Order: sequence, then structure tokens, then C-alpha cells
Amino acid sequence: MEITQDTLTKIDEVILRYPEKRSAALMVIHLIQDEIGSISDESCTWIAEKLELQPINIKELITFYPMLRETPWADKHIRVCRTLPCALRGSYATCKVLEEKLGVKEGHVREDGEFSIEFMECLADCGEGPVVMVGEETYENIEGKKAVTFADLLATGKLDNARDFTSYENSLVREPPSRKTKG
Amino acid sequence: MIKKNTPQERRIILKHADDPNYSNKISCYKKNGGYKMLKKALKMKPEEIGDEVMKSGVRGRGGAGFPAGMKWKFLDRKSGKPIYLICNADESEPGTFKDRQIMHKDPHQLIEGMMITAYAIQAKQAFIYIRAEFFEGARILEQAITEAKEKKFCGDNILGSTYSCDLVVHRGAGAYICGEETGLIESLEGKRPNPRIKPPYFPAVLGLYQCPTIVNNVETLCNVKHILEIGGEEFSKIGKPNNTGTRIWCVSGQVQKPGYYEFECGALTLGEMIYDVCGGLLPGRTLKAVIPGGSSSKILRADERFSGKLKDGTEFDWGIEDIPLDFDGPASVGSMSGSGGIIIMDDTVDMVEAMANINAFYAHESCGQCTPCREGSLWMRKITKRMCEGDAREEDADLLLSVANQIEGRTICAFGEAAAWPTQSFIAKFRNEFEEKAKNGSKKASLKLI
Repeated sequence: MEITQDTLTKIDEVILRYPEKRSAALMVIHLIQDEIGSISDESCTWIAEKLELQPINIKELITFYPMLRETPWADKHIRVCRTLPCALRGSYATCKVLEEKLGVKEGHVREDGEFSIEFMECLADCGEGPVVMVGEETYENIEGKKAVTFADLLATGKLDNARDFTSYENSLVREPPSRKTKG
Repeated sequence: MIKKNTPQERRIILKHADDPNYSNKISCYKKNGGYKMLKKALKMKPEEIGDEVMKSGVRGRGGAGFPAGMKWKFLDRKSGKPIYLICNADESEPGTFKDRQIMHKDPHQLIEGMMITAYAIQAKQAFIYIRAEFFEGARILEQAITEAKEKKFCGDNILGSTYSCDLVVHRGAGAYICGEETGLIESLEGKRPNPRIKPPYFPAVLGLYQCPTIVNNVETLCNVKHILEIGGEEFSKIGKPNNTGTRIWCVSGQVQKPGYYEFECGALTLGEMIYDVCGGLLPGRTLKAVIPGGSSSKILRADERFSGKLKDGTEFDWGIEDIPLDFDGPASVGSMSGSGGIIIMDDTVDMVEAMANINAFYAHESCGQCTPCREGSLWMRKITKRMCEGDAREEDADLLLSVANQIEGRTICAFGEAAAWPTQSFIAKFRNEFEEKAKNGSKKASLKLI
């Protein structure tokens, strides 16, 4: 398993945060999965050694938690919320539009590895459904015609610069507006 | 135009949530009076803070509504083992999205509430267990903790005192069961999140690493800061007796203006919430049903009459619109306010489809530890899905009910009830729709929910 020195440093740092090494398991798994996309048997063994555990102690986590992966998703991973509040606003139709425009079925990775789609259980943004995540960013109210435009932009790689779609994360206030100086 | 009698929000927790001039940085928080209460707390005796929280009557905002002060009282302080504090930020009950707003927009409010709580219970270390889908939320909290540490608001020798407590952000990995406090603890120990049986594993006695542990929801912990600011006695006057403080209601589904709204407990009815605050239903639609407290709470039918006696002895005879929005209101009509997630359904909804959607959620999320829940939730999904695919049978309603009844009360944790209650209540209130499916099996619903 090859990971960057930066990730290795982060792993060592994160383990120190806990009174018991085993507690760091999920955080270590996240760090490795964020870099290489999935957790192989080799990675399981590596993590287990690092935390003084058996490989099965890691494998049983990978096979339990929905967001931990034995095979990677695509570079652009799309998560569509499936659960009732989003479904009531049309998330099944939204998912279908995305499947058609991106050329990949929900639960699968497109052959060229560019897109994958996953139906998720409740993304905790129910007031703005249907909710769609692209990578780590959350887009709200992706329904009807808006879903078609959204899928088109996504398919052509133009979503990042599209003014009509600002993610929840990007809409957060990062810095207070600069103070008015006197005189 | 706002009607004269429109109930007004009272924002305590979400005071700054939608202010474009308010950022999630510590400078902004401090400018708005932040961390003053932590300073005050450190000058008090820990048990005095506990007394204030007890006096405030504040009930847990995560779902069960258990009095927070009481929870703290159960803490085993005699064992000599270290005490831990965990913030449950797993926010995973479908229909709930309040903690998201707090953590993303005002993270220092949570940190201050947590550090006051940590001091009050004399915690050795504190954790925020955040759901993994909140990628940015976890980063914001990490950044906020770094800022707070620099200013000595957490970490070693907080504000120059002898009290030290480290605060760590721990990310989950997409499992609903981690919102159950003992499942969360298992997960934080690096294991599969199979909940523990109570007794003996009450977290306040045998929690994280078998040590006394307090697990509180994000909104509850934020309240601690305000209790100290307002005073326990005064706080208890906000809202109604036994339903103190404000609550953040999360409205979703088929209304004009879904969203999060913070009101004093009992300040408005469900009808006022739907029609005055949320602007009513979508054009041309009529109300069919409401799930009042997250998807596991029992559904209410729009044309039901609810009558009975409240805890204080007063009799009530309510329609769905008259139900007061507090802890006791939804509970007195046989449901619960849960995590505050109100899901609105109109006449376009096929109730069997809605049921199938909910059942798919619980089947996906059962941890699989207890047989009735693991098998039962899967069968309920299979049956309702089959019904929606044109293969409904006459006996299906009874079959579903029998499966649900065999889950309830037969599992280690409350997930069993969470999975059973929707099915039990859907069948009790919409049995005709389930029976209709067997007669007109091929009729496709207009809104696809499964």
C-alpha cells in the first residue's frame, strides 16, 4: 500500500488523539480511503498492524459502514438522497435524470471511471430536497427542469463555474465582511 | 403579507444562523459575546452548573426528550474512572436537519456549550461524533477547535484554570445506528456499532471504555450555554412547564416553505406551522398526513380527531391542526416530537409507496444484531416493495402488521421500535390503501417513492 508522507503524518497525529488506539480506526480508514479510494485487504492488514489489532477488526468495519469501500467509486461520485423527505420532492426522478445524462446506473461506476452514482439514505438536509452531493459538496432543490440542467452541467464538466448552482458548503459565510473604517 | 396572528420565531440557538454578516470564525463569535459563559462557568462549582441545568428543565433534543440535568445526575462519580463527554452529531433521523445549521454556521456555540458541560461533569476528554456525510462540517469544527485551543477555550488549562479537557472530532461512516448512544460509543471505540443492552450499559455508568459517559445532542449542548446566560430558573419560564426552552423544528416534504424554524416550545400548533409559517401546501393540494418527529415517529392522518387527557389533567379534543408543537403535544396523540423533523404529505402521496420508502430505510440501517429487527425490517421492505410493483396480496396488511409487532419490544435498542412504529401506524391509519393495492395492483403511483 502506497500513501503519501502527508497522510502518514496525519495518521500518526490522529491516533494520538484517542485514549485507546483502536478508537482511531474509522479516522485512519477515512484518511486512507480519501487518498486511494478504497480499503484493500492489504490496507486492512496495514491499518491493523498500525493499531495493534487483527485485520478482521478492520475488515468488519469496512463491510459494515455504508461509506467505507472495498472497491473505489469514480472520480466524480454523485450521491442522491433517496429517503422520504427528498423522495416527496422528486428525488427518484432526479436520480433517473442523472442516470440517463451521466450514462451510469445508480450503485455503479461508469466504464471509463469518470462518474458513479449512489442512492443515499438521508443526507440531513431535508428542507431543501431533493439533495444531491457531488464529491463533498451538497446541492439543494435539484428537481424537475433544474435537475436536467444540473445533470447537463455535471456531464460536461461545467458545474463548478455555473452561477445557478452554489453548493451549501460554498454558501457558508467564511469571513465576516470587512469593517468600515472611520474617516 | 404577514397575518397579524402569525406566530413569531424566537431564535436563541439559531440567532445568527441566517445572518450574512456572521461567519463561523472565532473572531465573529467573540465579537457577539462568545465564550463569556465559559468564563463564568469556570468560576462556578461544577455541581452548580448541573443545578442550573436541572432547574431549567431542558429536555434532550436528540429524540427521546430525556431531561438533560437528570442524565447528568446519573453519572457515576464514585468509580474513580475518567469521565467522558460525547456530542451526538450523527443527525441521521430522516426529516431532521437542525444540527447541520448549528455546526456549519455557528460551531463555536457548540464548542462553548460542550466545554461548559465538560467542566460541569468534570470530563477528562470530549468528542464530537459527526456523521461522515458532513465533510465540510467536520473541517469547520476542526478549524474551530484549533482556534479555540489557541485562545485557551479548550485543551490544557482552560482560560488559565487547573481544568483541562481536550476536544476531538470523530467522523462516522454513514450508519444511522450510530445515532443510538450505545451504538455510537461502540463506533467510537473502533468497533461495529452494535448497540449495548441497558441495563447494565447505561452510558452514565458504563459508557466509553466502560467509563462514565454523557452523550448529548448538539442542540442540547448549545442550550447549556444559554441556560447559564439566562439562568436555569428563567430558562424554565421559556416555553411551557415540562417543555422548556425553544425547539428547532425541521419541516420537510410537500409545503410551500420547508425549512428550520425555532420557536418557544408550545408557542404554535401544527396547523399554524403548516399554514402560517410554511405558507401552506403546494397549489391545489390538500393535507393527507404528517409524520411529526422524524420518520420513526407514528404518522398522523389529516382527518383524525384526537381526544384524551393531558398530564396536567386537562381534557383535549384536537384535530391534526390543533396539536401543540412541544414535547408533550405529539406524544399525547400517540406519536412523538422526536428529533423535531416534521414531514408533510399531501393528497398526491400513495401511502403504500411512502411506507415502502421508509421500510427501505430501516432495512438498510438495521445493524443486524437482533434477529427480529434484522429479518423483520428486510421482510417489511420486501413486502411493501412487492406491493408497489403490482404484486400486492389481500393478506399483506395483516402480514406487515404481524412482522412489525414481532419486532417491537424484542430488540436490544430502540431501533426495533423505530422500524416497527411506522408500519404499525401506517396500517392502523391507512389500511384501506394497503387493501386497495391488492385489488388494483397494476395502478402506478404518480409520484415514485420507491
